[in-house]
Amino acid sequence: MAPSFEQLDPETEYDDAEEIDYSDLREQYEVRMEEGLDTFIVIDGLPKVPAASKDKLVKFLLRKLTTAGKTKEENVFMPMDEAGEMSEGFAFVEYETPAQAAQAVKTLHATPLDKKHTIAVNKLTDIERYGREGRIDETYKAPEIAPFEEKEHLRWWLGDDDGRDQFVMYRGDNVGVFWNDKEDQPEQVVDRQHWTESFVQWSPKGTYLTSIHTQGVQLWGGPNWSRQKRFMHPGVNLVDFSPDERYVTTWSHRPLEVDENNPILSLEEDGKNYIIWDVDTGKPLRSFVTLDLPSLASDNEGNPIKQKMQWPAFKWSADSKYVARMTQGQSISVYELPRMNLLDKVSIKIEGVMDFEWCPANPQRDNIKEYEQLFCYWTPELGSNPAKVGLMSIPSKEIVRTRNLFNVSDAKLHWQSESAFVCVKVDRHSKSKKSLATNLEIFRVKEKGVPVEVVDSIKDTVINFAWEPKGDRFVLITAGEVPSGSAVPPKTSVSFFCPEKAKGNAVGNFKLIRTVDKKNNNAIHWSPNGRFVVVATVLSQQSFDLDFWDFDFEGEKDEKDKDLTANLQLMNTGDHYGVTEIEWDPSGRYVASCASVWKHRMENGYHLYTFSGQLLREEPIEQFKQLLWRPRPERLISKEEMKQVRKNLREYSRQFEEADVAKRSSADKAVVEARRQQLEEWLAWRSRTVEDLVEERRDYGLSDISEEQQALIIEEQEGESKVVDEVFEEILEESEEILA
Amino acid sequence: MRPILLSGHERALTQVKFSKEGDFIFSVSKDHVVCAWYSANGERFGTYHGHQGALWTVDVNPTTTLLATGGADSTMRLWDVKTGKLLKTWDYLTSIKRVEFSEDGKQLLGVTEKRTGQLSNIYVYDIINDVDAEQTSEPSLHIVVDELPRVTVAGFSYLNKYIITGHEDGSIAQWDAKTGEMLNNVYSHEDGMLVSDLQWSADRTYFITSSKDKTAKLHDTNTLEVLKTYVADTPLNSAAITPDPQQYVILGGGQAAMDVTTTSARQGKFEARFYHKIFEEEVGRVRGHFGPLNYVAVDPTGKCYCSGGEDGYVRVHHFDPPYFDFKYEVERERERGKF
Repeated sequence: MAPSFEQLDPETEYDDAEEIDYSDLREQYEVRMEEGLDTFIVIDGLPKVPAASKDKLVKFLLRKLTTAGKTKEENVFMPMDEAGEMSEGFAFVEYETPAQAAQAVKTLHATPLDKKHTIAVNKLTDIERYGREGRIDETYKAPEIAPFEEKEHLRWWLGDDDGRDQFVMYRGDNVGVFWNDKEDQPEQVVDRQHWTESFVQWSPKGTYLTSIHTQGVQLWGGPNWSRQKRFMHPGVNLVDFSPDERYVTTWSHRPLEVDENNPILSLEEDGKNYIIWDVDTGKPLRSFVTLDLPSLASDNEGNPIKQKMQWPAFKWSADSKYVARMTQGQSISVYELPRMNLLDKVSIKIEGVMDFEWCPANPQRDNIKEYEQLFCYWTPELGSNPAKVGLMSIPSKEIVRTRNLFNVSDAKLHWQSESAFVCVKVDRHSKSKKSLATNLEIFRVKEKGVPVEVVDSIKDTVINFAWEPKGDRFVLITAGEVPSGSAVPPKTSVSFFCPEKAKGNAVGNFKLIRTVDKKNNNAIHWSPNGRFVVVATVLSQQSFDLDFWDFDFEGEKDEKDKDLTANLQLMNTGDHYGVTEIEWDPSGRYVASCASVWKHRMENGYHLYTFSGQLLREEPIEQFKQLLWRPRPERLISKEEMKQVRKNLREYSRQFEEADVAKRSSADKAVVEARRQQLEEWLAWRSRTVEDLVEERRDYGLSDISEEQQALIIEEQEGESKVVDEVFEEILEESEEILA
Repeated sequence: MRPILLSGHERALTQVKFSKEGDFIFSVSKDHVVCAWYSANGERFGTYHGHQGALWTVDVNPTTTLLATGGADSTMRLWDVKTGKLLKTWDYLTSIKRVEFSEDGKQLLGVTEKRTGQLSNIYVYDIINDVDAEQTSEPSLHIVVDELPRVTVAGFSYLNKYIITGHEDGSIAQWDAKTGEMLNNVYSHEDGMLVSDLQWSADRTYFITSSKDKTAKLHDTNTLEVLKTYVADTPLNSAAITPDPQQYVILGGGQAAMDVTTTSARQGKFEARFYHKIFEEEVGRVRGHFGPLNYVAVDPTGKCYCSGGEDGYVRVHHFDPPYFDFKYEVERERERGKF
C-alpha cells in the first residue's frame, strides 16, 4: 500500500527545507498580511494637556480628522501618563476604512495646530514596520557605489563618413532606424519588432530614441541601441523633453495609482498625471495633476464640451532652467530646475491669461546685461479692459512690453527661432462680430524698447503662419469665409513677407513679396536652415500638392522687388497622394512627405525629395505609421569657419560630386553585372530544359513540339506569312572544253 | 494602339482565354454566359448558353474545336466552338473552379470546390477531338485532395506528365498525372495567401503563379523551384507569361471591392503591370479598368493581351512597337555579340 499523506513522517518531509536558509528571500518577498490595523493612524506631536482638557483637545482634533474620513470620539484613544494627569502627546485614531486612514496620513501629516505644535500623522502599521527595533540599522552605512561603467558613445551617428542623416521609421509592428542614402534604398541600422507600443520620438538633440509602453517610457541610444534609461509611468500617453535633454515630462490621461511598495514612485505621485523626470538619475523630480480647462462652450444638452488639451502643458525655457505651466484664465506657474520649486513660491497672477510661449533661444535685448528668459502671453478682453499681449522677463517677473488690442477673437504667439521677433497673430472680428480679419503684431525683441510693427493689410483670417528659422522672413496662409454647409474647404492664399532693405544691420519694415491665390495649401514647412520652404496641402481628401519655394533665388530679380531682402521663386511642385506629414531632415538637404496609416489607409508610405523639390524616391510601405529624422545637436564650428566653408563651397562641392559620380558608376556597374548574370543563367536554364523536353518527346515518339504550339505554325503556313522557297539557278560562267 | 473594349457581359469577368492560334477570345463571367470574340477587332463571334450559375472557368482545345467551361451550377460542360452546341455535361456536388485541356487536347481536367463536407477533387477525362463523338462520363483519373487545403487552380504540365495545383494556403503541389500520386509540395507563397492563378509558358516547362500575397512567382515544372519573383503592391488575381521572343510577364489584380474604402480608381490599383521576366523589374503599367483585374491572358502569337475585370469589361490591348523594341542594355549587348 502506498503511504498516504497522513501516514508520512512529518520529520522527513521538512528535513530538506530546514537546511536551506530562506530568511533573506522571506524578507525580500515578505507579504504584508492584512493585519486589521490598516484603519489605525498614530498622531504624534500633540500638546500635552491635563486630563480635564483632554476632551476639548479630542473634539478639536476630530474636526480635522473628519476632513479625511469617518471617525468618532470613541475611536480616538489618547493615552495618559502613569499618574493619569497629563496626556502623553500622542493619540491613536481608528477610521472606518484603510483608505480613509491613508487619506488622513496624506492630508493631515505635518499640519500645524498652532505655532508650537505640528502634528505627525503615520499609519500604525508603518510605525510597526519601520519603528520596530532592528528594522532600521542604527549605524550609518555608506551606500555602495557601483563601479564605473563606460557608456556607449551616444553621439556616434554624427561621425558618419558621408555625413548622412538617420531617420526612424515605424511601420507595422517594427521600428527601424535607417541611414538616408539619397535615391538609393536607405541602409538599415537596426530593426526591432514591437520596439514601441504606440509611437516613437527622438529627443530634441537626437541623442535618445524614445519608445512608449504601457508601463512607461524607455530611452535608447548608442551604436548598439541599448536601453539608456527607463521611466516608469503606467499608462503613459505623451512625452516631452526639455531642450537640453536633461529632463523629460511624461503624461497619462489616467491619474497614477501608486502602490506603497512601488520601488520608484512614491505616494507623492499617487493621483497625478504628469511626472517630470531627471534623465540622468532616472528619478521623478515632481508630479502634477492635469488642470481641467475651464470650458467656455457647452453642447446641446448643456454639458460642457471638453476642450482639447494643450501639449506640452509644461513649457520649457530655452536653457531648460525653467519650466512653466499656465492655469488658464488665472496664472502661470514657473518652476526652477533642477529643484522644481515654484519660482518665488507663488504663481504669477495674470488675469484671463489664454496662452503663453517661452522665447526659443536666449534673448538678447538691447542694453540688457543680466540673465533673463522671456515669455510672451496674451489675455482677452475682460469687461471694459482691452485684450493684452505682454512680454515678461524671468526671474525678475518684470513686464517688458505690453500692447493693448481690441475686438480680439483669438491670438496665437509665434516666436522666431533666435528670439529676435515674436509675432502675435490676432484674429479680430468686426464690430458686428460677423467677419474676421487677422492682424500681425510683430514685437522686435532685440531692438531698443521692443518696438511693435503691425501688419494689418491682410483681409482674411490667417490659418497658418511660420517664421523662417534663423531668418527674418515669414510665410502665412489665409482662408476665406466658409459658406455654411459647404463640404469643400475654402480656397486659400499663400503670402510671403520679408523686411525691406535697410541701412546697416537694421531690419526694415515687413513687406508683402507676393500672394498666390486659389490654392488649397494649409501647411508651411521651412527648411531648418531657412531660405527654402515647402508649402503643402496635407490631410486633405481633394488635393495633396507640395510647392517648393526659394527665397534667395540666384537669378534675375524683379524690378519691383528691388527694395526687398528676398528674391522669391517657385522651384518645383510635387504631388503626394494622401500626404499627412512633411519632415525636413536636420541638414535641410532632403524633405520626406509621409502618408501615415494613423490618418488614412490609402497608399501609405513616404516620398523623398531634395530641398529643391526633385523627387528622389517613392516608397509605398504597408502599415506605414511614422518617419522621423534624427535631430542633430547644434553645430560646433564657429561662424568664421562657416564663412570659410561658404567661401570655398565650389571646392567642397566638387569633391562631393566626384564621390557621388564614383559611387553611382560603381553601383551601375554592379546592377549591369547582376543583370548579365541573370540573363546568362536564364538562357542556360532554358536551353537545358528545352533540350530535355525535346529528348523526352522523341522518346515517346512524338514530334518535337506540342499540338498547342503546332497551332501557331499552321496559321503561319495558311496565312499570308506563308514561306515560299524559290530556287534560282544562275549561270555564272560557261566554258567549253573539248575533249580530245 | 487604342484598346478594344468588349462589353458583352453584365457581371464581373472570371476568366478570359485566347484560342491557341490567338484569333479568338473566350470569356466567362458571373452572368452565366460564355462569349467568343474575334481578337483582331473585338467583334462577337457568338455566345454559349446553358449554364445555370456564375461561370468560373473556360478553356479551349488546341484545334479550337472544343470548349470546356465550369461554374457554380456544379457542372462542367463541353461545347462545339463553331456551332455553340452543348456536347456533354458532367455533374458534380460542388462548383467547378478550374478546367484545363492538356497540351495535346486529349485530356481535360476539372477541379471541384471544397465546400460543406466536400473535399476538393480533380477529375481527368479522356477527350475525343471530334464534335460528333460521344464523350466519356467516367474520369480516367480522380484525385481526392484530402491532405492539402482547398485547390484553387490546376493545370497539366508538358507531356501530360504532372498535374500542378495551387492551394488556398499559398502552397503548390505536383501530382503524377497517370497515377494521381502526390510527388512534391512546396510553400512558395506567403502562408495563408491564396494562389489565385497558374498559367503556363508556351512549352509548359515552367509556369507562373499569382497570389494574394502581392507577388507572382515563376516555377520550374519539374522541381517546383521558384525561378523568379515579381513583387507588386496589391493582391494579385492573375499572371501571364508573354510568348518568346518578348520576355515579360503581365500581372493583374487590385484591391478587392470589399477592402476598398473609396471607389477611387487611383486607390484600387486596377492596372495591368508588366515586369521583365528575367530581371524581375517592373517596366510598365496599363490603366483602364475601374475594378480589380480578375484575369489576364496573352495572345499565344504575342500580338496582344486581354484582361477581364470585376467591372464587367474585357479590354483587348494590341501591343505597340515599343513593346517589341524595348530591351535592356545587357540583352542588346548579347544580341550584338551573336552577330
